[in-house]
Amino acid sequence: MDFGSIIDAAISDALGPQAVVFALAAIGLNIHFGYTGLLNFGQAGFMAVGAYGLSVTMVRYDMPLPVGIAVGMAAALVLALVLGVPTLRLRADYLAIVTIAAAEILRLVFGAVETKEVFGGSNGLNGYTSTWNSLNPYSGGLDIGIASWSRNDLWAMTVGWIVVGLCCLLVWALMRSPWGRVLRSIREDEDAVRSLGKNVFLYKMQALMLGGVIGGLGGIFYALKQASTVPSDYSTNLTFFAYVALLIGGAARVMGPVIGSMIFWFLMSGIGQLFSQATRGADPLIPDWIMTDTQASLVRYVLLGLGLMLLMIFRPQGIFGDRREIAIDAR
Amino acid sequence: MRLRTAALLSVIIAGFVFLANPAHAETDPTPEPSASTPASDAPVQGPAIRVRLLDQQGGEAEDPPPVPGVTVRVSDESGTEIGSAVTDDMGVAAVPIPGTGKYRVSIDEDTLPEGVRLTGKKTLDVTVNLAMGQNVAFPLNGKVVEKTPFVDRFFNSLAGGVKYGLIIALAAMGLSLVFGTTGLTNFSHGELIVFGAISAYYLNVGVGLPLIVAGLLAIVLGGVFGWAQDRALWRPLRHSGTGIIAMMIVSIGFGLLLRNVYQFVFGANTRSYADYTSQRQHDFGLFSMTYKEVSIIVVAIVAIGLVTTLMTRTRLGKAMRAVSDNTALSASSGLRVDGVISWVWILGAALSALSGVLLGVNSQINFMMGYQLLLMVFAATILGGLGTIWGAVLGSLIIGIITEVGPLLGVPSSIKEVGALIVLILILLIRPQGILGRAERIG
Repeated sequence: MDFGSIIDAAISDALGPQAVVFALAAIGLNIHFGYTGLLNFGQAGFMAVGAYGLSVTMVRYDMPLPVGIAVGMAAALVLALVLGVPTLRLRADYLAIVTIAAAEILRLVFGAVETKEVFGGSNGLNGYTSTWNSLNPYSGGLDIGIASWSRNDLWAMTVGWIVVGLCCLLVWALMRSPWGRVLRSIREDEDAVRSLGKNVFLYKMQALMLGGVIGGLGGIFYALKQASTVPSDYSTNLTFFAYVALLIGGAARVMGPVIGSMIFWFLMSGIGQLFSQATRGADPLIPDWIMTDTQASLVRYVLLGLGLMLLMIFRPQGIFGDRREIAIDAR
Repeated sequence: MRLRTAALLSVIIAGFVFLANPAHAETDPTPEPSASTPASDAPVQGPAIRVRLLDQQGGEAEDPPPVPGVTVRVSDESGTEIGSAVTDDMGVAAVPIPGTGKYRVSIDEDTLPEGVRLTGKKTLDVTVNLAMGQNVAFPLNGKVVEKTPFVDRFFNSLAGGVKYGLIIALAAMGLSLVFGTTGLTNFSHGELIVFGAISAYYLNVGVGLPLIVAGLLAIVLGGVFGWAQDRALWRPLRHSGTGIIAMMIVSIGFGLLLRNVYQFVFGANTRSYADYTSQRQHDFGLFSMTYKEVSIIVVAIVAIGLVTTLMTRTRLGKAMRAVSDNTALSASSGLRVDGVISWVWILGAALSALSGVLLGVNSQINFMMGYQLLLMVFAATILGGLGTIWGAVLGSLIIGIITEVGPLLGVPSSIKEVGALIVLILILLIRPQGILGRAERIG
């Protein structure tokens, strides 16, 4: 067993572009769930419209990258509006189901044969990253011994973590403003806020839009770092994993989602690599009759499910959160 | 060969092209069991392209029946027709060719059986190399369209929708019961469905029990599984005062865990039960169905009837409804709420297991099947009214019918679930408590 490569995989992914995608998605969810108490289970939908907004604009209409990014963010904004109007009045569990349904509708439509002309069917879209790649200032990859990244990863990480940093700054500034206090009071007691003359629906809508756009940014970044936009990437699991990342770090904390997604990827890659090595080779550490290497790749997801359950039962506030600040009892 | 009975299902006609060499009249071995037989009694002498048309959807045995009376044309590279032949009773047509080279084989659509139209590739390019026997198999996607009257297709879709709806209903009743009594929106409910399907698979294919016995045992196992997860997980959570959103997220984690355990054990493949795999469709007047589909409908209706009788006539059923109605009042009236909820879990999980077995009989078994059905189940329960079991049945039927009839009315059939999900969103806009739900504040 090569512990060096396990550590390498874990740290590379914890700081790599995949963690950036999850950090952005989780920052969006933090605004929805952590601060406002909106149980949005359709974050994958926001990410999908962001990614498809970018790739359709660039591939089908030959627009430059900035236009693509703008369209992607606008698409997430529009989705928030369209989704918010009917659903924001609903109770948390209903909201969860409706947002999941909306995200699934989007995924099915993006992957349908009938819309292949626009969205590229189940193979998705690619070939829009030439501008993105040409902006890359790095000449090679980086290997610092305990972690290594390719040239493209380095570029994606540089841009990605800057965007994450800006988003965190925005959330920090907003949440200490009067506007942020209203959001948090909506989470605590909607009726009390209403009695103070605040338009709760409007505040919720603004929160949904802001978190949705940040989720959309996550999708745009996903599309760029991956160089392709494939519908199956935006399944409900993406939302669930982003929730796990958020809950590990701690909801309603500015840095919670960022630290959370780093830890999430550290564990996912580390455990994945650990079991992959333990089942590989002629004489594997874990014999074939216990698990094959295909099965070994599933162990981390089993542990992820178990981890989510235990986290929710024993430490719903995550690492940094405050138990009193979690909207898990909202009804 | 009444292909019209398969309305809306795509019929696959496999065409096999045999390039027979006069030196050795038999074709080389082929993975298709039915494809190697006809070569030796070929009426055509000399090099020829032989095509055999088989209806992959028809027939009860593993041998797909041949399709006679279809004109097959062969042309050379420049498009000049070299010859044509009509498939005989064996479904075989042989067109002589001058020698090696590239040829194009096409099927005359007008001569296909009534109601069948090709939707896939209509021609096939083959390169003939006479040095050795060669055979090429190519599937042609035929689809039953146009010639079947709209009314026929409508009733077939309607029947299919009722069947799908009843399968959903069994699962939805379980979901609705659990929600009504404990307030849990269970995102791991789909895994109860898969539990039933997979248990029945191992009892049927692994142990070798007949599917009906295996299915009954799977339902019992499902009930035990439901009881166990309530005792080990949900009851302690309820007692510790965990909020409903926390429980919902726990159920997401539990679902994720179970799905991956299933994939670990069962693999990512899609498999079938040993019994009742392929059946012929029978005409029932307005619609046509296979006998297994009819059985699914009958079994589901009987199960739903039993449960509704249980809910209305027995003490236990009344207790369940009482707990669902007002937990605190039931407890103070002397009902043992935890015991009732245990039964709710047993009943709900057993119903879901049955739903999984029926779904497996209807199509196939996959570790993802429950997760894929879950949103349909949610849509059905919410449409009918969360927490009401009559509502769950009604909502499921509506969802099933919308899903199956939708493609007739223009919903792209590859994404027919979208219709049901849109209904889900619309109903929450117009009547959030569902059709049969009591008006209460859910906003």
